[in-house]
Order: sequence, then C-alpha cells, then structure tokens
Amino acid sequence: MSVHVLRPLAPIRQVPDLRAATLAEISCASSLDGAGTGFLMAALPEGPVLWAQDRLTRREAGVPFLPGLGRWLLRADLSRPADVLTAMEDALACPAISAVVGEIWGDPAALDFTATRRLAMRAEAAGRPCWLLRRAGSANASAARMRWRVTAFPSDAGQDDPAAPGDPLWRVELFRSRLSPPGEWLVRHECGEDGTAHRLCFSALAADRAVAEPAAADGGDSSG
Amino acid sequence: MEGTVPDDVPVVLSAEGHHGPVVHDLNEAARSAGVRRGARVVDMRALCPALQAVPASPRGDAAALTRLMFWARRWGPHSATDGADGLVVDTTGTAHLFGGEAALLSDIEARFAGAGVTARVALAPTWGAAWGLARFGPARAVSHDPADLYPLPIAALRLSEETLLLLRRLGLRRVGDLAAIPRLPLMRRFGRAPAWDNPLTRLDQAMGRLAEPIGAPEPPPDFVAQARLAEPVMDPTNWLPGLVQDLVAQMARQDRGCRRLCLSVFRVDGRRRDVRVATAAPSREADHLLRLFQGRLDGLDPGFGFDLIRLAAEATEPLATAQVGLDGNADTALHLSRLIDRLVSRFGADAVSRPLPFESHLPERSQTRADALRDDPPPAPRPDRPLRLFDPPEEVRVLYAVPEGPPALFVWRRQRIAVTRHAGPERIAPEWWRDSPGTRLRDYFRIEDATGRRLWLYREGLAGDGRGGMPRWFVHGVFA
Repeated sequence: MSVHVLRPLAPIRQVPDLRAATLAEISCASSLDGAGTGFLMAALPEGPVLWAQDRLTRREAGVPFLPGLGRWLLRADLSRPADVLTAMEDALACPAISAVVGEIWGDPAALDFTATRRLAMRAEAAGRPCWLLRRAGSANASAARMRWRVTAFPSDAGQDDPAAPGDPLWRVELFRSRLSPPGEWLVRHECGEDGTAHRLCFSALAADRAVAEPAAADGGDSSG
Repeated sequence: MEGTVPDDVPVVLSAEGHHGPVVHDLNEAARSAGVRRGARVVDMRALCPALQAVPASPRGDAAALTRLMFWARRWGPHSATDGADGLVVDTTGTAHLFGGEAALLSDIEARFAGAGVTARVALAPTWGAAWGLARFGPARAVSHDPADLYPLPIAALRLSEETLLLLRRLGLRRVGDLAAIPRLPLMRRFGRAPAWDNPLTRLDQAMGRLAEPIGAPEPPPDFVAQARLAEPVMDPTNWLPGLVQDLVAQMARQDRGCRRLCLSVFRVDGRRRDVRVATAAPSREADHLLRLFQGRLDGLDPGFGFDLIRLAAEATEPLATAQVGLDGNADTALHLSRLIDRLVSRFGADAVSRPLPFESHLPERSQTRADALRDDPPPAPRPDRPLRLFDPPEEVRVLYAVPEGPPALFVWRRQRIAVTRHAGPERIAPEWWRDSPGTRLRDYFRIEDATGRRLWLYREGLAGDGRGGMPRWFVHGVFA
C-alpha cells in the first residue's frame, strides 16, 4: 500500500504516518458504519494480526469476516473489556504478530488513561502498531498517540453501474495527535482490480470537493 | 521373580506370621522338596536344610505387577491388575493382529517368559471365566463358551476360603454342580454375602449374565516433580518455579516436551485440587510454562493449606533441542504458539481461533474456526464481501418497498435508513445437502444510505415461492 497525497486546490497539511508503531484509536460513529474498520484495514501492515473483541462489540457490531478482509487473523473472542486489554498487551510482546487490534464497546472503567498508556508504551517498545477501535464511547482521557474519528461519506457512482456504490469514501478526522498536526480529510480507498493494489487518497475536506475531484483523476505525486 | 537365583536352589519368600516367619511364596525346587505355602520357615528348614529364605515385599510385588499391567497393553487397549498375582487384558478385536487367539496366547506366554515371568494364560469371553481357566484349566485355554468352566473345581469362581469350604461341605465340588442346582435356595443361603463373595453373583459374572467391566487405570505421567512441605502453606506460587525447573530438566534429559501440565495440590484435609494448562506445541521452556499458570492459581481453595505440591507432565511429545537463530530469536511459529498458549490458558480454548475459508456460498458458513496454528495462506479479499458480518443477521422492517431491488426506506434498530445506491442482487441458494427442506433462497444487495454507510442487505425468499409468507429483509454485513 502507498499513501498518495493529492495536490488539491486548497492546501492540505501533511498526512500523518499510518504505519507508526504506537497506539492509535479510532472512534466509529455507529455499528452500521464500516468506515473505521475499512480505514484500519488499509493502515495495517502485512502479516498476522491479533484481533480481540469484547462481547458487546461482537453482538452489536459483528465479527470480522474473512472473505472480505482477506487477512491472516488470530481472533480472540473475549467477554470483558479488561480481557481485551490484557490480550492486546500480551500479543504486543509476541514477535510473530505484526499488528494488534482491539475493539471495545462504550466507556468501560478498565479503559482508563493508565491502561491506554501501558498499551502505547508497549507498542512503542515492541515496534508494532496497536489499534483500538471504539464505538458508543466518549472521547475521554486516553494516551493514544493518534486519535481518529472516521465516518462514512457518500460515495461516487460505481465505475460500471451508476446506481451502485463506488469506491469507499471516508471522512477522517485526526483530532488528537502527538506525531503530526491534527486535521480533517476526505479519504478515498481505491481497492484496485482483484483487491491487490490498495491505496488511500487523502484530499482536503472542503466545500470545493467538486473542484478537487478532477485533481484526483490526474493522480498525485506520492509521498509518505 | 527372583531372577538371580538358579532354578535348582530351593528358595522361599518369607512373611511375618504369628509365630515367626512363614512361607509366603516358593519356587519350583522348594515345592518338589516338600515345602508348603503358609508353613513356618523353621519347620520347612528342618524338612529341607538347603532352603533359602528371602523376605517378601508385597509392596514391591504390587508395583511390579502394575508395571507389568501397563506393559501388557501391547495386547489390548485396556488392562487392569487382578488380585495380587493376576492381570486382565481386554483383547476384544485385537487377536487377529497376532494371528489368531491361540497365537495371541502363545505370544503372551513367550514374552512373559522373556521378561522372566512364568505366566499361565487363558482367553475367555468373560473376566470370571478367564480367571478360572487360567488358574484351573488346561494350559493356554481358549474358550468361547462359559460352560467350559463346568468341569473345573469350585475354586475357579473367585471366592474366599470360607465360602469355598462351605460349598465343599454342601457337596458342591465343581462349578457344574453349582450351576445345576436351583437358584432360589442358593440366593436364600448366600443372600447376606457381599457381591465379591457370593457364589451366585460370581457364577453369573463368569457366565456373562452379569456385566463386569474392566476399570483400566490411566498410565502414570512420565515426568513428575513434587515438593513435600514440612508445614502446610496456603499459596503454592513460591514453589512453582522450582517445580517447573525440575520438570523441565527431567524432560530435557529425554528430549521430550510437554503438551499438558497438571499442577495438583494435596490439602491437609485429604482433598486434591488440580489446575491443568495445555500448550499448542510441545514445550520445555521454563519461563513459558510458568507464565501459563499466571492467574490460574487464584481459584484454588486452600482450605487449611497444602502439604504436597505435585507438577506432572500428562502428555509429552518428542522435542529435539532446537538451534536458536543467529540473531538470538527463535522462529515465528514458536512465538505464535507461545502467544496462543498464553491466551488459551487465560481465556479458554474457545476464545482463541483462526478464521479459515470454507467451501460454501452461504456467508455464515464461508469461514470456519480452525486450529490457530495452521499456516495456510489467507484468501484474497473480495470487494463484494463485507468486512464485518452480523451473527446472526438482524432483521429490518421495510417501510417503502420497491418491486425490484432493495427497499427504498427501512428501519434498523429504530433508525430510518434511506437507500440511495444499490448493487445486486446476488442470489445465494440454500444448500439442499445441508439445510432443512423449506429453507428459502437469499438475494443479497450492496446498498448505500444517505450518510454513506454501505451495508449488505438480503431478502429471504421470494413472494409466492410457497415456502412461507412475505419475504423478510435482513442486514447481514457492513462494508468499508
């Protein structure tokens, strides 16, 4: 995967490094909103991934579906949020795992500043990205180095069928970050033919989206 | 079993009696010299001056018999000790492996002779019949009819000396005599006798009219480390590292690794508590094994404390000493198996799995939970399949139906969702070889709502397909 930064009319700030080996958090708007999961999948590096979920997330937001993800997953179906945090910490120490994903529903007491700080420090010590997917929670104190808010955005018409949904579009907001300045983008996920050539196109989220559109067609110079 | 003494020297094993040592057991030379079992050793010395007496060790005999019992499982899967001097092996369905029943018995006799043990063997449909034939029947008796027992003396029925004496006084000398008389008077006469000493029960067991299963004990663990404590303790945590080190050293000497460990604490009030952990791959890494017990010892109820802690490797597999890579890291699969062990020991085996594709078009069947250590490559992602799947699918209420295509407006969890774009349908028929008759087909649609949420919606059935009422709509998955 490569991250392509378009050069739109409105100047956009630098795109943050999605592969940073640290704790990042994604807040999803609702359990029908798959934008957070899609953004996460585009950001994960190659290799085995530990995917831990608590019981409420499994029931409310579903389970990862292998034919759609196409990833080597090690699933941990746990019951309590504290168990999810324990499993994530444990997996961060394992050299065979390339990234760790945890999903926690709501604002449990176990998910406090200390717990997230432990995760962040372990992830940085181990050099592996660790992602926390949260739903129905509030943006309370967290030591996540990057905190994202990802929501779905109406897509353009499909290539073959104008009535069908096209490539996914997400509205991505980085509202707290230690690594790069926060910002808000419109991100297009281009899943190429047979799902191999993934790329994320960041463009400025502005009223001039219609103007920025032609720039996307030219393609941009790649960076990051 | 005294292998070091020549056969022509009369030897007896002596046990303590009321008036000095008595003969517990004897060899063939002593028997021919006139020595009898149960007589005093000094009397027998007078009869046979060359007699040698060796103290008997009943406990050692029992241990040796138990060892032989596990060794005898080469002829059948279940074996048990039978009294102080017998073994019973269940050879159901195994005789053909040795070339027939007679050949099986010859093989048993020959191998026992090779181990220095004189064995009398018999094969019969019931435990009781085999017991009697082995002791009182012809050599290497093979019986298919329990009636073969009838000509044998009444002692072939596994009864105590008192009962045998009583039966002999009643004039019953052979098993056939007992079988010939009516049951009712016998039942009345021996109604108070315990089952193991009741002639009628024993006869029924030998004839196969009463079941007598073999309680075959499990073999003891190969590697055991234990700590006996002078004072009872409440928490075994401090002893665990030492025990694990001990066990690991034992396993390393024999190039084995354990798959299952059992920590048993023996409470002073006579109860035992077990904690079991398992590993995904054989291991003898002390730190790793120790970590598996983390958090597992909290549930132990110490009562008044433990005075014996035992750690046993219940299942072991060969594990050669592995070369650590030049960078000091072992291989990836090893690290992965260690992680799986830790997760499984903490959260249970059901919690950890690896999704694998399965040959099915039905979405909920197209991924299976597999053994987490499989290393098959993942399938390529399909853009027409969602990232997340609702399990089970959630039904939606249609507000504004369209004849062809998905509904224009529906309600999901009290939220109105208006469909702006859709693709489909993709028809998935039920699997007739697995589903019950009357299962309806599904038409899947990829839809997008006004806020951009992309969902996987399906209609179950068609109007007028004769498999139920109006079709119902479900949301089954979420796209990126």
